[in-house]
Amino acid sequence: MATAAAHRTAAAAAHDAQDTAATTAYERAFDAAVAADDRIEPRDWMPDAYRATLVRQIAQHAHSEIIGMQPEANWITRAPSLRRKAILMAKVQDEAGHGLYLYSAAETLGTGRDELLDKLHSGRQKYSSIFNYPTLTWADVGAIGWLVDGAAITNQVPLCRCSYGPYARAMVRICKEESFHQRQGYELLLALSNGTPEQHAMAQDAVDRWWWPSLMMFGPPDDASQHSAQSMAWKIKRHSNDELRRRFVDICVPQAESLGLALPDPDLRWNEERGHHDFGAIDWTEFWEVLKGNGPCNEQRITQRRRAHDEGAWVREAAAAHAAKHNGGTQGARA
Amino acid sequence: MTATVPTTAALALGDDALVLSHRLGEWAGHAPVLEEEVALANIALDLLGQARALLSMAGDEDELAYLREERAFRNLQLVEQPNGDFAHTIVRQLYFSVHQHLLYTELAAGDGPFAPLAAKAVKEVAYHRDHAEQWTLRLGDGTEVSHDRMTRACDALWRFTGEMFQPVAGLDTDGAAMEAAWLESVGDVLRRATLTVPEGPRGGAWSAGAGRQGLHTEPFGRMLAEMQHLHRSHPGASW
Repeated sequence: MATAAAHRTAAAAAHDAQDTAATTAYERAFDAAVAADDRIEPRDWMPDAYRATLVRQIAQHAHSEIIGMQPEANWITRAPSLRRKAILMAKVQDEAGHGLYLYSAAETLGTGRDELLDKLHSGRQKYSSIFNYPTLTWADVGAIGWLVDGAAITNQVPLCRCSYGPYARAMVRICKEESFHQRQGYELLLALSNGTPEQHAMAQDAVDRWWWPSLMMFGPPDDASQHSAQSMAWKIKRHSNDELRRRFVDICVPQAESLGLALPDPDLRWNEERGHHDFGAIDWTEFWEVLKGNGPCNEQRITQRRRAHDEGAWVREAAAAHAAKHNGGTQGARA
Repeated sequence: MTATVPTTAALALGDDALVLSHRLGEWAGHAPVLEEEVALANIALDLLGQARALLSMAGDEDELAYLREERAFRNLQLVEQPNGDFAHTIVRQLYFSVHQHLLYTELAAGDGPFAPLAAKAVKEVAYHRDHAEQWTLRLGDGTEVSHDRMTRACDALWRFTGEMFQPVAGLDTDGAAMEAAWLESVGDVLRRATLTVPEGPRGGAWSAGAGRQGLHTEPFGRMLAEMQHLHRSHPGASW
């Protein structure tokens, strides 16, 4: 008995050693692929932590797309012209489409949409804090397009070169549509800025409210960013938070001038020496508070998401039941 | 003379598309599955495109959409009905898109002023109709709960279906033939979905008329108040 047990243990140890050797070889291949800027594909071996980081990031991105529909959908029924209404509806629809691509990209890593939505609804996964701010006037639709989508593009364009293939390819499509949204937002604000005094004031008020939260979209300063170093090493992330934030400010300053709108920062000025704009201190207390759930709309956003999901349960159940009766039962509706 | 006749028809068809598009737009962020966020928005966008083309035949699209009073709208009462649950939205879509598909097929085949628009729109509407039929089958023949919800929705909206076949000045269509075709198509889908074709009246007992005469239901005024508020708050502004 003891001998047999010892034999099994030895065999298991040998097997483990083989596994370790194999893993090391896989790991070397993975590291080499990342170093050579090759794409990692779903069937390739990857470290567990790489997989987990990607699922977390892609899920958060997907959740941001579907929660991000809410503040803009808030204005679909009040859009002030039919042309603007068509543009806004198409934009909100694009966001739903982005959510679909991204949940599919996460699925290639072995995590399905139902599980991710469950984590969103139970607060175990997050979405971008920017959507915890309210859209109070029509001009907010423009400010979101110009600033929020502008910041998102600055963050996301480097993701088109992300080391994970399905995510990188999804981002190529998403960035094309986002840059369209950004131009539409800019054009909306331009019409307001050049419009009546009331319209101009509406545009300025929106920029005043959205500017600082947009700068926070790049995440905490580099010295306080929890996941940055490893993500950069894996080439999931290509530039630091502060680097992207600087780039965004430099892009926005001349655009604000062309819009005839002021950016609400008295410390904003060109620094010849650095070749960048200097800007004022960001209120990181606000950032952390909104992240913790104390933003103006955190509760409202997640409540609406949960309600839509719960109220739709009977529809999904009916689709699954119908499929079971008619297609052999494999094709239920998804969450 | 001929200029005024298509205006009545353009307003009737344009208002149908405008109002139903608006109602579908209210679903954004509330749909039961992500795929339906995309699908409902897609149908809403198609209808809004049709509305803009049709209203532009009658005048300035924004003036017509945003500055008319409730009594000047010529849409069917069916399309202004609130979304209700997903079953109500699907039944409203089934009733309307089968009608719109028949109508646009006929208009596209003619040589009247609506033929070019109808030829383009009929392709979109064929998809809307298919979407509504597929969901009717799933929900009617899904679970007991979904079957009950569909039954209630079919019954509740049935009274608004007769109006679709009333003559509209400027539309040279065969209402009676279209009604027969509609009853056959809708009846067929409902039966395949294990639902019962409602037996109630298909119109309201009010001799003053209905949507085509500018007589609407109570929820419509609130819908317009929301839709027109911002535009009306800034007279003369461009957006």
